[in-house]
Amino acid sequence: MNYELRQAVVDVSLRAEPGEVVAIIGPNGAGKSTLLRTLNGTLMPTSGAVLLDEKPIQSYARRTIARRIAVVAQEADFRFPVTVFEFVLGGRYAWSNSRVWGWESGRDVEIAHNVLNETELVGFESRLMNELSGGERQRAVLARALATEAKVLLLDEPTANLDLAHQATMLRLVRARCDTRKTAAVVVTHDVNLAAEFSDRVMLLKDGRVIKTGSPHEVLTPELLRSVFDLQVLVDAHPISGAPRITPVHRQG
Amino acid sequence: MCGFLLFVLALVMLMSSVVGSQRLPIRGSLCALFGKSNCALSAEERAILLDIRWPRILLAGAVGMCLATAGAAYQALLRNPLAEPYLLGVSNGAAVGTMTALVFFSASEWNRPVLAFAGAAAATMVVYRLGRGRTGATPERLILAGVIVTTFLSSAIVFITTVMDATRIRSFTFWLLGDLSGTSASLLTVAFIAAAIGVVAMVINARSLNLMMLGERDAFDLGVEVARVRLIVFAAASLLVGASVASSGSVGYVGLVVPHLVRLSFGSDNRLVIPAAALAGATFVIVADMLARTIIAPRELPVGAITALIGAPLFIYLLKR
Repeated sequence: MNYELRQAVVDVSLRAEPGEVVAIIGPNGAGKSTLLRTLNGTLMPTSGAVLLDEKPIQSYARRTIARRIAVVAQEADFRFPVTVFEFVLGGRYAWSNSRVWGWESGRDVEIAHNVLNETELVGFESRLMNELSGGERQRAVLARALATEAKVLLLDEPTANLDLAHQATMLRLVRARCDTRKTAAVVVTHDVNLAAEFSDRVMLLKDGRVIKTGSPHEVLTPELLRSVFDLQVLVDAHPISGAPRITPVHRQG
Repeated sequence: MCGFLLFVLALVMLMSSVVGSQRLPIRGSLCALFGKSNCALSAEERAILLDIRWPRILLAGAVGMCLATAGAAYQALLRNPLAEPYLLGVSNGAAVGTMTALVFFSASEWNRPVLAFAGAAAATMVVYRLGRGRTGATPERLILAGVIVTTFLSSAIVFITTVMDATRIRSFTFWLLGDLSGTSASLLTVAFIAAAIGVVAMVINARSLNLMMLGERDAFDLGVEVARVRLIVFAAASLLVGASVASSGSVGYVGLVVPHLVRLSFGSDNRLVIPAAALAGATFVIVADMLARTIIAPRELPVGAITALIGAPLFIYLLKR
């Protein structure tokens, strides 16, 4: 994909606070993933700046960025047999001191065990990544991101291709990490109901512009969703959590 | 594990130095190889061992080390278990470089490896760009790009051969299939220096390759300087392939067979795979060369014919999987 050729995102201002989960929602092609890629410095904005601890992101070395910002994306392919433990240890790359060979320290191993525990993957250490189910594999991808101990997590559609139970598990784990470790998470998702349930703030994007940012109750209104998705929706309250619940209304006949 | 591989390598080197069209006594050979002069060997046997077999074994070892290391690194970097210097056309690039040096430059032994390196590097860059495509690289696309580059360079080789005088053509067709007999001290030195630099460069970048093997963008996110690692690995691989082709022609499939067997027993961690492949590669080519010169002794086969005989079926197996 060639990002330089079109201006995918214009006028976006986003600030992620420690402990906060921000969901970015919007139709296909709204610029959600582009925005996420800009946030960790993979793409450079043509104007404006991405600041990490008040300093422009391009002033940091890649390793430094990798220690502070972790990404969960659907990228990895497993043509070579890699065990879950080896995979998760990969998250410690940016922390290694020796440049030659670079074996993991005892602390790296300890952290890997902790995140496997955190993502409910204890017992999977020596299983091969390509033999896991979709939900288990996505948890391992999350575990690798958590192993970086980054204070900012960027997640690009972490629940795509997962069944209902695994979707909820993924976001519950992200939520737990943010609450306990004062980590900020930015989640790009297509699932408005999960966004409503698990996020503190929602950013609604369309055609590269922010339509509205605010609490789920402020953003996920029938009027705004209709204008953005061009779809009639019904919004009521989730019977248990009270979060907005969005139901699309399909045209009859 | 690497100790075991070293032991096997030493054993194979010893066996290979006594086996051949003329059998040599083991104890006498061992004694002579450790530099003693009063061994139970005739002058003729001594000359066969030290002047003919031993340099050839060392060259086979260096070539195997170069090709297996390069293969393991290409596979990790290109995320493709089928990547191999010979199949990617990199060996042919180096062959064109070597032949250019032989035909158009005074055939000084030092410009052969330099032009071979240049040829290998150029072929690597072309295959990499062709294999990437707009939709990203698939293993099959990369191999197709390799086929295109290989056939194109083969016609360049045919062209160069036709301007060569007829007496040299036969020895060149032999060389193109991998021939370890035409060694010299300087080529041997070049091969060993290249093998050392290349293996060290790959080992230094092995942890980065572990991450790049699973996706370049993920590796970048985790802090790998992707562009720098790619450049170093391509340069080191071109050096390895260039040095081995300049000294012994295109020995195919070593870079496919050896890393594959190593991964079966060591797993996929490149910090182990690369040094193990270097040792196993040396062993593999020494054994292949031993077969090449004993099967129809006193005549001999090009060593590349033996490695291809083992490698091609494995390639089909990997492709079918």
